[in-house]
Amino acid sequence: MIQSRLQRQLSDPFRKKINRAPSPLIAIVMPWLTVMLGSLSPTWPVIASAPLLPPLGFLVLLSWRQLRPGLLPVWAGLPLGLFDDLYSGQPLGSAVLLWSIALIVLEVIELRFPWRNFLLDWLVAAGLILAYLPTAMGIAMETTPSPIVLAPQLLISIFAYPLVGRLVALFDRLRLVRFRKLG
Amino acid sequence: MAPPPNRRTGFSRRAQYTTFFGYLAAGLGALVGGGLLIASLTDSSRFSDVRTTATDVTAPVARAAAASRAESRGVFDAISGYFAAGRQNAALRREVEHARVKLVEAQSIAEENRRLKELLGLTKQDPRPVAVAMLIGSTSSSTRRFATISAGSRQGIAIGMPVRSPLGLVGRVLEVGSSSARVLLITDTESVVPVRRASDGIPAFATGRADGTLQLRLINLGINPLKRGDVVVTSGSGGLYRPGTAVAVVDTLLPDGGIARVLSDPGASEYVTVEQVWNPAVAPASASAPGPANLNQGGATR
Repeated sequence: MIQSRLQRQLSDPFRKKINRAPSPLIAIVMPWLTVMLGSLSPTWPVIASAPLLPPLGFLVLLSWRQLRPGLLPVWAGLPLGLFDDLYSGQPLGSAVLLWSIALIVLEVIELRFPWRNFLLDWLVAAGLILAYLPTAMGIAMETTPSPIVLAPQLLISIFAYPLVGRLVALFDRLRLVRFRKLG
Repeated sequence: MAPPPNRRTGFSRRAQYTTFFGYLAAGLGALVGGGLLIASLTDSSRFSDVRTTATDVTAPVARAAAASRAESRGVFDAISGYFAAGRQNAALRREVEHARVKLVEAQSIAEENRRLKELLGLTKQDPRPVAVAMLIGSTSSSTRRFATISAGSRQGIAIGMPVRSPLGLVGRVLEVGSSSARVLLITDTESVVPVRRASDGIPAFATGRADGTLQLRLINLGINPLKRGDVVVTSGSGGLYRPGTAVAVVDTLLPDGGIARVLSDPGASEYVTVEQVWNPAVAPASASAPGPANLNQGGATR
């Protein structure tokens, strides 16, 4: 896929930079890096006394998977979830398990609905978020507090998802910036 | 969007195998995750080394970011303060008048306290704090309430030490890395702090509710004596927290206690001090050992 895009871009006569090509390293590494950056959000200088921030690593992962299916492999939940667990405060293994399951579910949905639009993508992501956050809470806690605790975070996460999608689309364009000189 | 052509496996054996092993690896990933989860749920301290190493790596960057947090908040405070300046000035002037009188009274009481203590032969003084550290991060998207501070075993921090800000108790140290440490905030649902009402010493337990408030459970049941606005402080039983550290203000009353707002909002406190365990002889030998006995002595951990 990368190869075909590259060829298409190079064959476009109206491009400014004729003898430039994207770096294959960046084109491959970019999605992994952005998900890991999202997972690092607990180290941002926001000290919250209640869960408020959306699980950014998870949202970025879903966005990449919906925007460019096949760019991140189905098994990406294992390494990326492991990284997320190091910082999220959840017991180690919770993101590995939940992200892997989420990616498999997403793959099945995508095979069922190959022709998707924005609304369907958002609905699917919202469904996954609605399943992910309460499950993560159930895993982390022995005594489950009232579900009201999660309500603001759920709302923020669902409404932040399209914005994260735009951000991922921006990174996707950056990913294929042609700065490597050919020849 | 149509599925991209390269994901149709077609007749290529290699492509078919790649897809198949991809699904296999995804299923295995979920299994590995389940295994790790069971391992970490049975023993909370099992992967703490990996976690503390990870926070040690990001600590320098987070420290720089935390400094910028303080500055940006200062800007907002300055702007909002500009609008309320006149009213605030009058209110503060009144408050200072009151406070001056109270201060003199408090000084005389402290003096009397010192003399009485001398009389009794009590020489115990307030210990010096172990370290002053910055709050550099918190688990803002998880329901567990942990924070990271910018000091670790190199600064002499050990597991179980209480962490406080000038406004009140923040939490206690749970995991220690070489230059960073993880703090269990008192708002976490697994944190239990023995407290008493500041005015008359009615004992209670303060458990976190994960949403920034504490649930107070009175030890002596009966008619609920709490009132809105009551301040609770640590009682020192359990030996972990020094008695008299401010904790929370009662906000809502419940039949068996109340819901209290935490005094030292960790979001507003930039620097925190880490103190010695108040009375190690009484404190549980391993502050992170699970069990109901430990739960009553300052909080169990996972």
